[in-house]
Amino acid sequence: MNLPQPITPQLRLLASLKRKDFHLQVDLDLPAQGITVLFGPSGSGKTTLLRFVAGLEKATGHVLIEQEVWQDSQRHLFKPTHDRELGYVFQEASLFEHLSVQQNLDYGLKRTEKKTSRAALEAIVHLLGIDHLLNRRPESLSGGERQRVAIARALATQPKVLLLDEPLASLDVARRKDILPWLERLHSELKLPVLYVTHSMEELTRLADYVVLLNQGTVTAQGPVADVLSDPRFAAAVGGEAGAMLRGVVSGYDKDFHLTAIRVEDNTFWIADPGLTLGTSVRLHIHANDVSVSPTEPKTSSIRHSLPAVIEAIDDDLHPAHQLLKLRCGKNIILSRMTRRALHDLNLRLGMAVWIQVKSTALTGH
Amino acid sequence: MNIISAEAWQSIGLTLQLASLSTLILLLLATPLAWWLSQTQSRWRGPIGALVMLPLVLPPTVLGFYILVLLGPNGWLGQFTQWLGIGLLSFSFTGLLIGAVIFSLPFAVQPIQYAFEAIGKRPLEVAATLRASPLDTFFSIALPLAKPGLLTASILSFAHTVGEFGVVLMIGGNIPGETRVVSTQIFGYVEAMEYTQAHWLSAGMVVFAFAVLMTLSRLKRRSDRVMP
Repeated sequence: MNLPQPITPQLRLLASLKRKDFHLQVDLDLPAQGITVLFGPSGSGKTTLLRFVAGLEKATGHVLIEQEVWQDSQRHLFKPTHDRELGYVFQEASLFEHLSVQQNLDYGLKRTEKKTSRAALEAIVHLLGIDHLLNRRPESLSGGERQRVAIARALATQPKVLLLDEPLASLDVARRKDILPWLERLHSELKLPVLYVTHSMEELTRLADYVVLLNQGTVTAQGPVADVLSDPRFAAAVGGEAGAMLRGVVSGYDKDFHLTAIRVEDNTFWIADPGLTLGTSVRLHIHANDVSVSPTEPKTSSIRHSLPAVIEAIDDDLHPAHQLLKLRCGKNIILSRMTRRALHDLNLRLGMAVWIQVKSTALTGH
Repeated sequence: MNIISAEAWQSIGLTLQLASLSTLILLLLATPLAWWLSQTQSRWRGPIGALVMLPLVLPPTVLGFYILVLLGPNGWLGQFTQWLGIGLLSFSFTGLLIGAVIFSLPFAVQPIQYAFEAIGKRPLEVAATLRASPLDTFFSIALPLAKPGLLTASILSFAHTVGEFGVVLMIGGNIPGETRVVSTQIFGYVEAMEYTQAHWLSAGMVVFAFAVLMTLSRLKRRSDRVMP
């Protein structure tokens, strides 16, 4: 299993909130680095939790960010939002309409004491590709540009934590595709912890290092992204999007067929050439629906996609006709969704050595 | 003979002075009040809001009567001003100013309050996440975004003070150079059967009112474009 760096819990969130028909009860220790995705259906409390961290939502509990206590209800301690060193990006960009892009970026910058901020802002502006927009008015920007400016504005204060509340939800599909690579760049270049709220599986597989699954105000699963994604209980909850996420590097090309080899531990997967250079690290999302299992090595089909594996678990899926297989393939875990009947016909059992075939593999980011 | 007599000019000057001063005071008074009304969840919001709107529905004579009583020798404001050594403010320009401010209060508070409410809480939350204290947010975000509302409030309270008659007559009487404004001047002309003079002043008021409404509609169109 490819675990990320060991988790040092420096983000501690303890929240308890009772509303008429909503009850948030959360106790989390989160990694102090990388992107933690708060994932769940609407109404699961993920936005409420994010607002609680920012002090925008009042709830009893405890917020500890990098050895700094922002809230401790037991000691009646509550730092107001403007005293918390955080960056917040809302679902809609919410730029100040009466200010230019540059003035928007400067707004938070002017209100921090940090001397290095000006240079940091320039780097962020460059990183997010908004150099050419600085003199424009917010109303003349596209949705994707607005959101990039909002992210830069939040980062300009050099916060201790970045909170993103479904930053892509208000954008259309094309704009989302535009902005995701920028977020991936942020991910690889910034060191600060990020809490990212979303209900999009694509954003989760592309950005998450750590995942917290929320449902009706409680945490139903959490862990490093690869572990959570290969957990059949999680897979059952996300239906057709279920699958395993693997980290690998570009290890070769097949020029004739326009394919690129991705090496994941001791396995190699071939994907449609994304035009990446050798050695680039990438993430692969292998949908459970795209993985078939056979008890013998397939002779007729391409060997490239056939891998030996062992059945580690057989779990119930959302629909009673289906089951989810957890397959150990060297050091990797891969999920396969099969009908109960196929499982029965092939006589597949726990611990059996099998061959798996991956019909297609999606590259989900690098 | 001049078309507009010296006394008419004097009343015009006095009217403009009264309207400008009351507008200025109203903006200083109504802005924080409107902000409070737009933000608070206090149970006093309803009663105070209603109190502010009272001049809108009360007959000007009722309002004028109570202000007169308040400013008079037995009213607590009158006793206070006498204690200060200023004397009584009824039938004086200052008294008139106090009356005008109270009378035009809803016209100043309402547009500003609507403008603040239209901003919504999101920009204020964004400002807080960017380290702006509530006071800082008020001056750097709320006020600039509410500019169209502030402009509307200024124009409305100015115009409303210019057009006021009942309250002026109750508190100020009709003292030339002190409390005789355009509206009471016109009344005086009509009583004295000087219809030509009354015509000139009245026509001037019609033109003024028309100009005010035109400016307001233009302002509204512009602010619609600025604030989607």
